Amino acid sequence: MERYYQPEIECASREQIERWQSQRLIAQVRRVWENVPYYRKKMEEKGVTPEDIQGVRDLPKLPFLSKADLRDAYPYGLMGKPLKDCVRIHSTSGTTGKRVVAFYTQHDIDLWEDCCARALTAAGATDEDVVQVSYGYGLFTGGAGLDGGSHKVGCLTVPMSSGNTDRQIMFIRDLDATILCATPSYAAYLGERMQELGLGPEDIPLKAGIFGAEAWSEEMRRGIERTLGIKAYDIYGLTELSGPGVSFECSAQAGMHINEDHFIPEIIDPDTGEVLPEGAQGELVITAVDKEAFPMIRYRTKDICSLTYEKCPCGRTHVRMTKPKGRSDDMLIIRGVNVFPSQIETVLLNHGYAANYQILVDRVNNTDTFEILVEMTPEMFTDSIGEIQQLQKTLSLGLNSMLGIRPKVTLVAPKTIARSEGKAVRVIDKRKI
Amino acid sequence: MSIRQLSVFLENRPGKLFELTALLAEHGIDMRALSIAETTDFGIARLIVDDADKAAQVLKEARCIARFSDVLAFAVPDEPGGLHRLLSEFNAAQVNIEYMYAFLQGKEGRAYMIFRVTDTAASEKALLARGLKPLTLKEIESA
Repeated sequence: MERYYQPEIECASREQIERWQSQRLIAQVRRVWENVPYYRKKMEEKGVTPEDIQGVRDLPKLPFLSKADLRDAYPYGLMGKPLKDCVRIHSTSGTTGKRVVAFYTQHDIDLWEDCCARALTAAGATDEDVVQVSYGYGLFTGGAGLDGGSHKVGCLTVPMSSGNTDRQIMFIRDLDATILCATPSYAAYLGERMQELGLGPEDIPLKAGIFGAEAWSEEMRRGIERTLGIKAYDIYGLTELSGPGVSFECSAQAGMHINEDHFIPEIIDPDTGEVLPEGAQGELVITAVDKEAFPMIRYRTKDICSLTYEKCPCGRTHVRMTKPKGRSDDMLIIRGVNVFPSQIETVLLNHGYAANYQILVDRVNNTDTFEILVEMTPEMFTDSIGEIQQLQKTLSLGLNSMLGIRPKVTLVAPKTIARSEGKAVRVIDKRKI
Repeated sequence: MSIRQLSVFLENRPGKLFELTALLAEHGIDMRALSIAETTDFGIARLIVDDADKAAQVLKEARCIARFSDVLAFAVPDEPGGLHRLLSEFNAAQVNIEYMYAFLQGKEGRAYMIFRVTDTAASEKALLARGLKPLTLKEIESA
């Protein structure tokens, strides 16, 4: 039986959803016009006034916001409420070097936690469950978001944060944790550590996990599900838009439902800005219609995905987005070819390696060098230099057929690539351009 | 009788061999023979040690990648043509050598050769048929 946290919202009719969206959008645009001079100026430049926005179909008339705008307006320039009404900030990990600081009123926290509660309930959580939150706590949104959602569902919440892996495993076992929330790379590492300790899926009580904040592949999902003996659910979000919970997977594991009462999605052509039809792949743009302190209108996420409004077997009516192919922030352009780390991960897992790798990019004599460090496994090691070189060559060719560019593959000793407890550092780009 | 050799995966970076020798020293493991094959990225250290099982355990605990392989050991007479005569027997027995390395043992410093051959069991049989018996580790140590 599918469970819902807010069935009247999650299973509302399309007409009802659009009514909410239109009402909230009209009000949001008016508030922003009055309170956010930065965005008002953008609207004026485009010749749009709040009167032009009569409903959700007028959305494309509004100007976009991008990460560059967030940088320009840092830190207070996009606030929709005075600081005295705000109760918290969160900040991005800045893995791409561009730190974002987002503000929240109590209303913003509530709506965000509701979204996370919907995700947890979709993963099977009830007030009988013990939820171990192994996302980092602090400025990062992962810990706070799932923690708040878990409280709303009434789960016993274990605020572990990341790190100290052996203690994580001990708590899962001693406190009978049934649901784990973490980054996928940390979940994979937990599984790896369990195997080293001689523990199998039958030795831990976990039944489900919610993993997000990084791009991860289907192969990695299956690996985590196997080693931890759970069903692994994807969750999506950005700090700019609250955090995790913008969208989440249901039991169908066939795309993530966007919480459309709060977030209106569009897919655009990233080059022209033109809105694309349902099913087309493009950049996801989100309008947060209900957020007060940090009201993002037509925010360009840089995530490449597509949308489907098709009926979902789970009963939810909110639109589903595909797993982003990779954040365009994560995307590397090497010798003119677009490379997503998630593609590399898929090839590694298909060839029997662990999904722990590092990409080294540099520029030598005006040509990009592209090297991938991959950990050797005991099963693959042989006494023959020739056979190991053949392994490197096979993997390099496998990567070439996926990426369209051939990297140098270097096999390294196990455990030499640093394990991440939060977001993994996958890319070391030394190019000075 | 073949001898168990331990092959250890090493990255070709400063300090990696040092870490391996430190580990073996710390656990009191005595090396009889050592050879390293290397490429620009990685190498394989091939070891004959006094206590192969203990060494394998120590390496495993240190999360090194290692694996046993069987090799054949022969004494090589210290005189012109000594190795050549041995290899003519290999040739006649149609034994294919993948790699080999030498080491000295005992007070007099007698020379020995370790051979990694294709299909160790069949090769050993063919050599035995020609009266060539590979040495055991005990025989080498007591020489």
